[in-house]
Amino acid sequence: MKGRTNVRVGVAAALLGAAAPARAHLVETGFGGFYDGVAHVLLTPADLLVVLALALLAGQRGARAARWTLLAFPAAWFAGAAFGAFVPGDGALPVLTTLTFGVTGALVALNARLPPGAVAALSVAVGLVHGYVNGATMAPGGAGALEVTGAVTAVFCLYTVVAAYVTTVRVAWGRIAVRVAGSWVSAAGILMLGWLARGSV
Amino acid sequence: MSRAEARASSATAVRAALALLAVLPAIALAHDERGQAAGILAGLAHPVSGFDHVLAMIAVGLWGAVLGAPAIWVLPVAFPLVMAFGGLMGLLGVPLPGVEFGIAASAIVLGAMVLAELRPPLWVAAALVAFFAIFHGHAHGRELPAGASALLYSLGFVIATGLLHGVGILLGFAHRWSAGRLAVRIAGGGVALAGLFFLWRALA
Repeated sequence: MKGRTNVRVGVAAALLGAAAPARAHLVETGFGGFYDGVAHVLLTPADLLVVLALALLAGQRGARAARWTLLAFPAAWFAGAAFGAFVPGDGALPVLTTLTFGVTGALVALNARLPPGAVAALSVAVGLVHGYVNGATMAPGGAGALEVTGAVTAVFCLYTVVAAYVTTVRVAWGRIAVRVAGSWVSAAGILMLGWLARGSV
Repeated sequence: MSRAEARASSATAVRAALALLAVLPAIALAHDERGQAAGILAGLAHPVSGFDHVLAMIAVGLWGAVLGAPAIWVLPVAFPLVMAFGGLMGLLGVPLPGVEFGIAASAIVLGAMVLAELRPPLWVAAALVAFFAIFHGHAHGRELPAGASALLYSLGFVIATGLLHGVGILLGFAHRWSAGRLAVRIAGGGVALAGLFFLWRALA
Protein backbone atom coordinates (compact mmCIF):
# COMPACT_ATOMS: atom_id res chain seq x y z
CA MET A 1 0.00 0.00 0.00
CA LYS A 2 2.74 2.38 1.04
CA GLY A 3 4.80 1.35 -2.01
CA ARG A 4 1.91 2.14 -4.32
CA THR A 5 1.55 5.63 -2.79
CA ASN A 6 5.26 6.28 -3.28
CA VAL A 7 4.97 5.24 -6.91
CA ARG A 8 2.04 7.65 -7.37
CA VAL A 9 4.01 10.47 -5.76
CA GLY A 10 7.00 9.63 -7.93
CA VAL A 11 4.94 9.64 -11.12
CA ALA A 12 3.29 12.95 -10.15
CA ALA A 13 6.67 14.47 -9.41
CA ALA A 14 8.11 13.29 -12.71
CA LEU A 15 5.12 14.71 -14.62
CA LEU A 16 5.42 18.06 -12.88
CA GLY A 17 9.16 18.29 -13.38
CA ALA A 18 9.07 17.37 -17.04
CA ALA A 19 9.82 20.28 -19.34
CA ALA A 20 7.09 21.01 -21.83
CA PRO A 21 8.23 20.79 -25.45
CA ALA A 22 9.69 23.86 -27.11
CA ARG A 23 7.77 24.80 -30.22
CA ALA A 24 8.03 27.54 -32.80
CA HIS A 25 5.29 30.03 -32.16
CA LEU A 26 3.78 33.18 -33.50
CA VAL A 27 3.35 36.27 -31.40
CA GLU A 28 -0.05 35.87 -29.78
CA THR A 29 -1.97 39.13 -29.61
CA GLY A 30 -5.09 37.55 -28.17
CA PHE A 31 -7.15 39.05 -31.00
CA GLY A 32 -6.95 36.07 -33.32
CA GLY A 33 -4.87 34.86 -36.23
CA PHE A 34 -5.21 37.94 -38.44
CA TYR A 35 -3.71 40.23 -35.81
CA ASP A 36 -1.08 37.63 -34.93
CA GLY A 37 0.04 37.94 -38.56
CA VAL A 38 0.04 41.74 -38.33
CA ALA A 39 2.10 41.58 -35.12
CA HIS A 40 4.53 39.13 -36.71
CA VAL A 41 5.54 41.69 -39.34
CA LEU A 42 5.58 44.61 -36.92
CA LEU A 43 7.84 42.72 -34.51
CA THR A 44 10.25 41.33 -37.11
CA PRO A 45 12.90 44.02 -37.69
CA ALA A 46 14.13 42.62 -41.01
CA ASP A 47 10.58 42.73 -42.41
CA LEU A 48 9.97 46.21 -41.08
CA LEU A 49 13.23 47.54 -42.47
CA VAL A 50 12.67 46.13 -45.94
CA VAL A 51 9.14 47.54 -46.13
CA LEU A 52 10.44 50.91 -44.94
CA ALA A 53 13.39 50.89 -47.37
CA LEU A 54 11.22 49.89 -50.33
CA ALA A 55 8.60 52.51 -49.47
CA LEU A 56 11.34 55.15 -49.25
CA LEU A 57 12.75 54.06 -52.61
CA ALA A 58 9.37 53.97 -54.35
CA GLY A 59 8.35 57.33 -52.86
CA GLN A 60 11.70 58.82 -53.77
CA ARG A 61 11.26 57.71 -57.40
CA GLY A 62 7.87 59.35 -57.66
CA ALA A 63 4.16 58.58 -57.74
CA ARG A 64 4.39 56.30 -60.79
CA ALA A 65 6.94 53.98 -59.19
CA ALA A 66 4.97 54.01 -55.92
CA ARG A 67 1.75 53.10 -57.75
CA TRP A 68 3.36 50.23 -59.68
CA THR A 69 4.71 48.82 -56.47
CA LEU A 70 1.55 49.32 -54.44
CA LEU A 71 -0.01 46.01 -55.44
CA ALA A 72 3.03 44.19 -56.85
CA PHE A 73 4.86 44.19 -53.52
CA PRO A 74 2.12 42.78 -51.24
CA ALA A 75 1.04 40.33 -53.97
CA ALA A 76 4.59 39.01 -54.25
CA TRP A 77 4.78 38.81 -50.44
CA PHE A 78 1.57 36.76 -50.38
CA ALA A 79 2.76 34.45 -53.17
CA GLY A 80 6.09 33.94 -51.38
CA ALA A 81 4.31 33.20 -48.09
CA ALA A 82 2.03 30.66 -49.74
CA PHE A 83 5.02 28.93 -51.32
CA GLY A 84 6.97 29.04 -48.03
CA ALA A 85 4.07 27.50 -46.12
CA PHE A 86 4.04 24.47 -48.41
CA VAL A 87 7.80 24.21 -49.06
CA PRO A 88 9.43 25.47 -45.85
CA GLY A 89 12.99 24.54 -46.80
CA ASP A 90 15.65 26.12 -44.58
CA GLY A 91 13.26 28.75 -43.24
CA ALA A 92 14.86 31.99 -42.09
CA LEU A 93 17.45 32.77 -44.86
CA PRO A 94 19.01 35.58 -42.76
CA VAL A 95 21.72 36.55 -45.26
CA LEU A 96 19.20 36.96 -48.06
CA THR A 97 16.73 38.94 -45.95
CA THR A 98 19.58 41.19 -44.76
CA LEU A 99 20.81 41.76 -48.30
CA THR A 100 17.34 42.82 -49.42
CA PHE A 101 17.03 45.75 -47.03
CA GLY A 102 20.75 46.53 -47.15
CA VAL A 103 20.74 46.92 -50.94
CA THR A 104 17.39 48.73 -51.04
CA GLY A 105 18.58 51.16 -48.35
CA ALA A 106 21.78 51.80 -50.32
CA LEU A 107 19.73 52.60 -53.45
CA VAL A 108 17.79 55.17 -51.39
CA ALA A 109 20.99 56.67 -49.93
CA LEU A 110 22.54 56.93 -53.40
CA ASN A 111 19.31 58.41 -54.80
CA ALA A 112 19.60 55.83 -57.59
CA ARG A 113 17.51 56.91 -60.55
CA LEU A 114 15.73 53.63 -61.20
CA PRO A 115 12.79 53.54 -63.64
CA PRO A 116 9.39 52.60 -62.16
CA GLY A 117 9.59 49.15 -63.77
CA ALA A 118 12.88 48.42 -62.03
CA VAL A 119 11.47 49.52 -58.66
CA ALA A 120 8.45 47.26 -59.20
CA ALA A 121 10.70 44.34 -60.22
CA LEU A 122 12.82 44.88 -57.12
CA SER A 123 9.69 44.96 -54.98
CA VAL A 124 8.53 41.64 -56.43
CA ALA A 125 11.91 40.01 -55.70
CA VAL A 126 11.99 41.44 -52.17
CA GLY A 127 8.35 40.48 -51.54
CA LEU A 128 8.93 36.92 -52.70
CA VAL A 129 11.97 36.49 -50.44
CA HIS A 130 10.43 37.95 -47.29
CA GLY A 131 7.06 36.39 -47.97
CA TYR A 132 8.70 33.03 -48.39
CA VAL A 133 10.51 33.40 -45.06
CA ASN A 134 7.26 34.50 -43.40
CA GLY A 135 5.41 31.46 -44.73
CA ALA A 136 8.23 29.05 -43.92
CA THR A 137 8.59 30.26 -40.34
CA MET A 138 4.92 30.94 -39.55
CA ALA A 139 3.38 27.75 -40.90
CA PRO A 140 5.22 25.37 -38.51
CA GLY A 141 3.87 27.50 -35.63
CA GLY A 142 0.33 26.73 -36.71
CA ALA A 143 -0.24 29.82 -38.85
CA GLY A 144 -2.67 29.54 -41.74
CA ALA A 145 -4.23 31.74 -44.39
CA LEU A 146 -5.59 34.18 -41.82
CA GLU A 147 -2.17 34.87 -40.28
CA VAL A 148 -0.57 35.26 -43.70
CA THR A 149 -3.34 37.64 -44.76
CA GLY A 150 -2.69 39.67 -41.60
CA ALA A 151 1.02 39.84 -42.37
CA VAL A 152 0.43 40.93 -45.98
CA THR A 153 -2.12 43.53 -44.86
CA ALA A 154 0.44 44.98 -42.44
CA VAL A 155 2.99 45.13 -45.26
CA PHE A 156 0.48 46.82 -47.59
CA CYS A 157 -0.60 49.43 -45.01
CA LEU A 158 2.90 50.27 -43.87
CA TYR A 159 4.21 50.50 -47.43
CA THR A 160 1.29 52.64 -48.58
CA VAL A 161 1.52 55.16 -45.76
CA VAL A 162 5.29 55.65 -46.00
CA ALA A 163 5.51 55.65 -49.80
CA ALA A 164 2.57 58.05 -50.14
CA TYR A 165 4.12 60.43 -47.64
CA VAL A 166 7.58 60.34 -49.24
CA THR A 167 6.03 60.96 -52.66
CA THR A 168 4.68 64.28 -51.39
CA VAL A 169 7.99 65.46 -49.87
CA ARG A 170 9.28 68.34 -51.97
CA VAL A 171 11.46 70.39 -49.62
CA ALA A 172 15.20 69.84 -49.94
CA TRP A 173 15.81 68.86 -46.34
CA GLY A 174 12.97 66.34 -46.55
CA ARG A 175 14.56 64.64 -49.56
CA ILE A 176 17.85 64.59 -47.65
CA ALA A 177 16.15 63.05 -44.62
CA VAL A 178 14.87 60.26 -46.87
CA ARG A 179 18.41 59.59 -48.11
CA VAL A 180 19.79 59.65 -44.58
CA ALA A 181 17.14 57.11 -43.50
CA GLY A 182 18.16 54.89 -46.43
CA SER A 183 21.78 55.25 -45.39
CA TRP A 184 20.95 54.15 -41.82
CA VAL A 185 18.98 51.12 -43.02
CA SER A 186 21.78 50.10 -45.35
CA ALA A 187 24.46 50.61 -42.69
CA ALA A 188 22.50 48.40 -40.28
CA GLY A 189 22.35 45.78 -43.02
CA ILE A 190 26.10 45.92 -43.62
CA LEU A 191 26.80 45.47 -39.90
CA MET A 192 24.25 42.67 -39.72
CA LEU A 193 26.07 40.81 -42.50
CA GLY A 194 29.17 41.00 -40.32
CA TRP A 195 27.32 39.54 -37.33
CA LEU A 196 25.99 36.74 -39.53
CA ALA A 197 29.46 36.01 -40.91
CA ARG A 198 30.83 35.87 -37.39
CA GLY A 199 28.03 33.55 -36.29
CA SER A 200 26.98 35.80 -33.41
CA VAL A 201 23.29 35.58 -34.26
CA MET B 1 -1.14 1.92 6.62
CA SER B 2 -2.76 3.68 9.54
CA ARG B 3 -4.93 6.77 9.05
CA ALA B 4 -2.19 9.03 10.48
CA GLU B 5 0.46 7.50 8.18
CA ALA B 6 -1.78 7.96 5.14
CA ARG B 7 -2.35 11.61 6.04
CA ALA B 8 1.41 12.19 6.49
CA SER B 9 2.12 10.49 3.16
CA SER B 10 -0.38 12.59 1.25
CA ALA B 11 0.94 15.76 2.93
CA THR B 12 4.44 14.84 1.76
CA ALA B 13 3.13 14.26 -1.74
CA VAL B 14 1.42 17.67 -1.76
CA ARG B 15 4.59 19.39 -0.51
CA ALA B 16 6.67 17.64 -3.15
CA ALA B 17 4.20 18.64 -5.84
CA LEU B 18 4.24 22.29 -4.71
CA ALA B 19 8.04 22.33 -4.63
CA LEU B 20 8.20 20.91 -8.13
CA LEU B 21 5.57 23.38 -9.38
CA ALA B 22 7.85 26.18 -8.30
CA VAL B 23 10.61 24.91 -10.56
CA LEU B 24 8.38 23.86 -13.45
CA PRO B 25 9.88 25.41 -16.57
CA ALA B 26 7.58 27.57 -18.62
CA ILE B 27 6.84 26.42 -22.12
CA ALA B 28 9.73 27.55 -24.32
CA LEU B 29 8.28 29.45 -27.26
CA ALA B 30 11.08 29.20 -29.76
CA HIS B 31 11.21 32.27 -31.96
CA ASP B 32 13.75 33.91 -34.22
CA GLU B 33 13.29 37.35 -32.70
CA ARG B 34 14.70 37.90 -29.25
CA GLY B 35 16.61 40.50 -27.28
CA GLN B 36 15.03 43.31 -29.29
CA ALA B 37 14.62 45.87 -26.52
CA ALA B 38 18.09 45.13 -25.16
CA GLY B 39 19.52 45.38 -28.66
CA ILE B 40 18.08 48.75 -29.66
CA LEU B 41 18.77 50.32 -26.26
CA ALA B 42 22.36 49.06 -26.13
CA GLY B 43 22.90 50.21 -29.72
CA LEU B 44 21.54 53.68 -29.01
CA ALA B 45 23.59 54.00 -25.83
CA HIS B 46 26.89 52.71 -27.17
CA PRO B 47 27.99 55.69 -29.33
CA VAL B 48 27.32 58.17 -26.52
CA SER B 49 29.29 56.08 -24.03
CA GLY B 50 32.60 56.97 -25.68
CA PHE B 51 33.58 60.64 -25.55
CA ASP B 52 35.98 60.26 -28.48
CA HIS B 53 33.19 58.99 -30.71
CA VAL B 54 30.76 61.68 -29.54
CA LEU B 55 33.16 64.56 -30.24
CA ALA B 56 34.23 63.27 -33.63
CA MET B 57 30.62 62.76 -34.74
CA ILE B 58 29.61 66.23 -33.62
CA ALA B 59 32.67 67.61 -35.43
CA VAL B 60 31.47 65.92 -38.65
CA GLY B 61 28.16 67.74 -38.30
CA LEU B 62 29.84 71.05 -37.43
CA TRP B 63 32.15 70.80 -40.42
CA GLY B 64 29.21 69.94 -42.65
CA ALA B 65 27.43 73.08 -41.45
CA VAL B 66 30.56 75.18 -42.00
CA LEU B 67 30.98 73.76 -45.52
CA GLY B 68 27.31 74.30 -46.38
CA ALA B 69 25.38 72.51 -49.14
CA PRO B 70 25.95 69.94 -50.54
CA ALA B 71 28.49 68.79 -47.93
CA ILE B 72 26.01 69.33 -45.10
CA TRP B 73 24.03 66.33 -46.35
CA VAL B 74 26.71 64.34 -48.19
CA LEU B 75 28.73 63.79 -45.03
CA PRO B 76 25.85 62.45 -42.85
CA VAL B 77 24.69 60.18 -45.70
CA ALA B 78 28.17 58.83 -46.46
CA PHE B 79 29.47 58.49 -42.91
CA PRO B 80 27.11 55.73 -41.62
CA LEU B 81 27.68 53.61 -44.72
CA VAL B 82 31.47 53.82 -44.53
CA MET B 83 31.42 53.40 -40.76
CA ALA B 84 29.40 50.21 -41.26
CA PHE B 85 32.08 48.94 -43.65
CA GLY B 86 34.62 49.59 -40.89
CA GLY B 87 32.41 47.62 -38.51
CA LEU B 88 32.09 44.83 -41.07
CA MET B 89 35.89 44.68 -41.33
CA GLY B 90 36.12 44.37 -37.56
CA LEU B 91 33.47 41.67 -37.44
CA LEU B 92 35.18 39.70 -40.19
CA GLY B 93 38.46 39.92 -38.28
CA VAL B 94 40.22 42.13 -40.82
CA PRO B 95 42.96 43.85 -38.81
CA LEU B 96 43.21 47.63 -38.85
CA PRO B 97 46.39 48.94 -37.25
CA GLY B 98 46.30 52.01 -35.03
CA VAL B 99 42.54 52.18 -34.49
CA GLU B 100 42.87 54.32 -31.35
CA PHE B 101 45.29 56.67 -33.14
CA GLY B 102 42.88 56.93 -36.04
CA ILE B 103 40.03 57.89 -33.72
CA ALA B 104 42.18 60.47 -31.93
CA ALA B 105 43.37 61.83 -35.28
CA SER B 106 39.76 62.14 -36.44
CA ALA B 107 38.97 64.49 -33.57
CA ILE B 108 42.18 66.50 -34.15
CA VAL B 109 41.76 66.85 -37.90
CA LEU B 110 37.99 67.42 -38.00
CA GLY B 111 38.20 69.87 -35.08
CA ALA B 112 41.04 71.72 -36.81
CA MET B 113 38.99 71.91 -40.03
CA VAL B 114 36.16 73.58 -38.13
CA LEU B 115 38.54 75.87 -36.24
CA ALA B 116 40.30 76.99 -39.42
CA GLU B 117 37.05 76.98 -41.46
CA LEU B 118 38.83 75.07 -44.19
CA ARG B 119 36.70 74.38 -47.25
CA PRO B 120 38.40 71.75 -49.43
CA PRO B 121 36.61 70.32 -52.50
CA LEU B 122 33.65 68.11 -51.65
CA TRP B 123 35.38 64.89 -52.67
CA VAL B 124 38.34 65.67 -50.40
CA ALA B 125 36.03 66.38 -47.43
CA ALA B 126 34.00 63.23 -48.12
CA ALA B 127 37.14 61.09 -48.49
CA LEU B 128 38.61 62.47 -45.26
CA VAL B 129 35.44 61.83 -43.27
CA ALA B 130 35.07 58.37 -44.84
CA PHE B 131 38.66 57.52 -43.93
CA PHE B 132 38.03 58.31 -40.27
CA ALA B 133 34.62 56.59 -40.35
CA ILE B 134 36.39 53.27 -40.97
CA PHE B 135 38.29 53.59 -37.68
CA HIS B 136 35.17 54.49 -35.72
CA GLY B 137 33.23 51.58 -37.21
CA HIS B 138 36.06 49.14 -36.65
CA ALA B 139 36.41 50.14 -32.99
CA HIS B 140 32.80 50.61 -31.98
CA GLY B 141 30.57 48.58 -34.25
CA ARG B 142 31.36 45.12 -32.96
CA GLU B 143 30.56 45.13 -29.28
CA LEU B 144 27.26 43.24 -29.12
CA PRO B 145 25.97 42.65 -25.58
CA ALA B 146 25.06 39.03 -24.85
CA GLY B 147 21.49 38.13 -25.74
CA ALA B 148 20.80 41.34 -27.64
CA SER B 149 19.35 41.42 -31.15
CA ALA B 150 22.29 42.08 -33.47
CA LEU B 151 20.16 43.81 -36.09
CA LEU B 152 18.51 46.21 -33.67
CA TYR B 153 21.80 46.84 -31.90
CA SER B 154 23.35 47.79 -35.25
CA LEU B 155 20.38 49.97 -36.14
CA GLY B 156 20.50 51.71 -32.76
CA PHE B 157 24.22 52.28 -33.11
CA VAL B 158 23.83 53.82 -36.56
CA ILE B 159 20.85 55.97 -35.54
CA ALA B 160 22.65 57.33 -32.45
CA THR B 161 25.69 58.17 -34.57
CA GLY B 162 23.48 59.92 -37.12
CA LEU B 163 21.74 61.89 -34.39
CA LEU B 164 25.13 63.04 -33.11
CA HIS B 165 25.81 64.36 -36.62
CA GLY B 166 22.45 66.11 -36.36
CA VAL B 167 23.51 67.76 -33.10
CA GLY B 168 26.68 69.00 -34.80
CA ILE B 169 24.69 70.33 -37.77
CA LEU B 170 22.21 72.13 -35.52
CA LEU B 171 25.03 73.70 -33.50
CA GLY B 172 26.72 74.58 -36.79
CA PHE B 173 23.72 76.66 -37.88
CA ALA B 174 25.00 79.26 -35.41
CA HIS B 175 27.79 79.81 -37.96
CA ARG B 176 25.45 82.19 -39.83
CA TRP B 177 25.88 84.87 -37.18
CA SER B 178 29.18 86.50 -36.30
CA ALA B 179 29.07 85.56 -32.59
CA GLY B 180 27.89 82.07 -33.50
CA ARG B 181 30.66 81.77 -36.05
CA LEU B 182 33.22 82.41 -33.34
CA ALA B 183 31.49 79.91 -31.02
CA VAL B 184 31.54 77.22 -33.73
CA ARG B 185 35.23 77.82 -34.36
CA ILE B 186 35.95 77.62 -30.63
CA ALA B 187 33.96 74.37 -30.46
CA GLY B 188 36.11 73.02 -33.30
CA GLY B 189 39.23 74.01 -31.38
CA GLY B 190 37.88 72.25 -28.30
CA VAL B 191 37.32 69.05 -30.28
CA ALA B 192 40.87 69.26 -31.67
CA LEU B 193 42.29 69.73 -28.15
CA ALA B 194 40.29 66.77 -26.89
CA GLY B 195 41.68 64.79 -29.82
CA LEU B 196 45.20 65.63 -28.65
CA PHE B 197 44.26 64.30 -25.22
CA PHE B 198 42.93 61.09 -26.78
CA LEU B 199 46.17 60.77 -28.74
CA TRP B 200 48.26 61.24 -25.60
CA ARG B 201 46.14 58.61 -23.85
CA ALA B 202 46.57 56.20 -26.77
CA LEU B 203 50.35 56.69 -26.67
CA ALA B 204 50.55 56.27 -22.89
